[in-house]
Amino acid sequence: MKSGGSKLEQILESGQLAVTAEIGPPKHSSPEAIGHHAHMLKDYVDATNITDNQTAVVRMSSIGAGVHVLQNGIEPIVQMTCRDRNRIAIQSDLLGAYGLGMRNLLCLSGDHQTFGNHPTSKNVYDVDSMQLIQLVRRMRDEKLFFCGEAIKDHEPRFFVGAVANPFADPFEYRVDRLEKKIEAGAEFIQTQCIYDMERFSRFMEMCVARGLHERAYILAGVTPLKGWRGAKYLQSNVSGMIVPEEIVQRLKNAEEPKAEGVNICIEQIKYIKDNIKGVSGFHIMAIAWEEVVPEIVQRSGLYPRPKIS
Amino acid sequence: MIIAEQKPLAEIAGYIENCKKVLFVGCGGCVTVCLSGGEKETEILASAMRIKRRLEGKPLETVTYTATRQCDPEYIDGLENMVKEADCVVSLACGVGPQYIAERYPDKYVVPAMNTTFVGGSKQHGVWEERCGLCGECILQKTGGICPIIRCSKSILNGPCGGSQYGKCEISKDLDCAWQLIYDRMVALGQLDRLKEVLPPKDWTKSRDGGPRKMTREDVMIG
Repeated sequence: MKSGGSKLEQILESGQLAVTAEIGPPKHSSPEAIGHHAHMLKDYVDATNITDNQTAVVRMSSIGAGVHVLQNGIEPIVQMTCRDRNRIAIQSDLLGAYGLGMRNLLCLSGDHQTFGNHPTSKNVYDVDSMQLIQLVRRMRDEKLFFCGEAIKDHEPRFFVGAVANPFADPFEYRVDRLEKKIEAGAEFIQTQCIYDMERFSRFMEMCVARGLHERAYILAGVTPLKGWRGAKYLQSNVSGMIVPEEIVQRLKNAEEPKAEGVNICIEQIKYIKDNIKGVSGFHIMAIAWEEVVPEIVQRSGLYPRPKIS
Repeated sequence: MIIAEQKPLAEIAGYIENCKKVLFVGCGGCVTVCLSGGEKETEILASAMRIKRRLEGKPLETVTYTATRQCDPEYIDGLENMVKEADCVVSLACGVGPQYIAERYPDKYVVPAMNTTFVGGSKQHGVWEERCGLCGECILQKTGGICPIIRCSKSILNGPCGGSQYGKCEISKDLDCAWQLIYDRMVALGQLDRLKEVLPPKDWTKSRDGGPRKMTREDVMIG
């Protein structure tokens, strides 16, 4: 183990499929909902992502929310975007987060602020996601701040993650870019929500051909859909998503669309488990639908979760 | 005007070390005025590169040309025959030039000879100063004609900050505090009262934060 005690890392190292979920912090300061979600998920997932002002909407900070998640018995994966912090703030937050008990960090660029509730704000992007990975690894492995100055003691030792989107373009280059993130130091990868299984299969074939699955743990991202409108929205309005028409139709024709959405998600997990090589686990992003995660985990054969002492 | 300065010769030489024939394209616009990328500088750069390569025993053939402007595609079109014959094009324009050349000649390796530094003016012969931050929404009417966005190191809209002393900025004793200048100017204008207004946060979408900008004017479009 290279981190300072990440349970997620230990499960992945043991060769067992890992399961992560996602908790979106609230648009207020009460930890109640986070605690509720964490409590509900704790026996069903190994760790949960805590999003960092996702879609550029102001929410409780991922580190602040991470503390509440931790207190409720789940290991947080702190998401850190490059949109809102320069390298000074990033490193300072990393020290703070580690001191508060966070052990996993997911490095992302972040959604552009024009999508959020402060569209006229400035963005930072002092470092990008690739450089952020290097920064976190430098702090951990070389005990250096990004500038090269020594961290004398108590360097933050995160298990370092990154994301990959097999559905963005240019398709083939997505594998190169993933390799670049692994070279930069990413140890686990969570993918964008998979709906186009054929494209994901091709993506993973290319990853496996290059041995990327042996250099980083790749977690397949899945998101249950609540209905056809949501599916249609993702299909036509969200950049970097591919939702096959067949899924939209299946939800449209379903008597109980929510149940069908869960069924589809479970089928996807099972399909990936049985047919796609190189996947080390699943990242279940039930956006604003955290309560459905236990059922998905149970019915896809991912329950019970391994115990790590 | 856009101010740019030439990159170090060794750096430019490095970019073209594997080329045998190079086209150097100067620009008759801003970089001619700021004495960094006009006809004269283009000839000097090409000749410096030839001399360097001759001394290294790897002679370089150069062609030079100075476009009226590199920020208008029509002047880039005229380079076609010269571009065809060269292994590489070195542009001495601001960052717009290499991009327009690369866009027009997609299979050609294009190299910038310049670092584009800022938008400003010439204070005196040989001295250029930054004056515009290209923020997309000018507020000079509120700040005595002095831009806090680009002349204040923190782009503070309600300055000066606590680091202003003796009229200078905290980051350098050689740098005037923009807000001291604004204050002095408002005093001179008898408009100090106007600084009581808390200037609101800017709409940065009008600057680069909103993504690359484009301006379209249908009234002057042809065809």
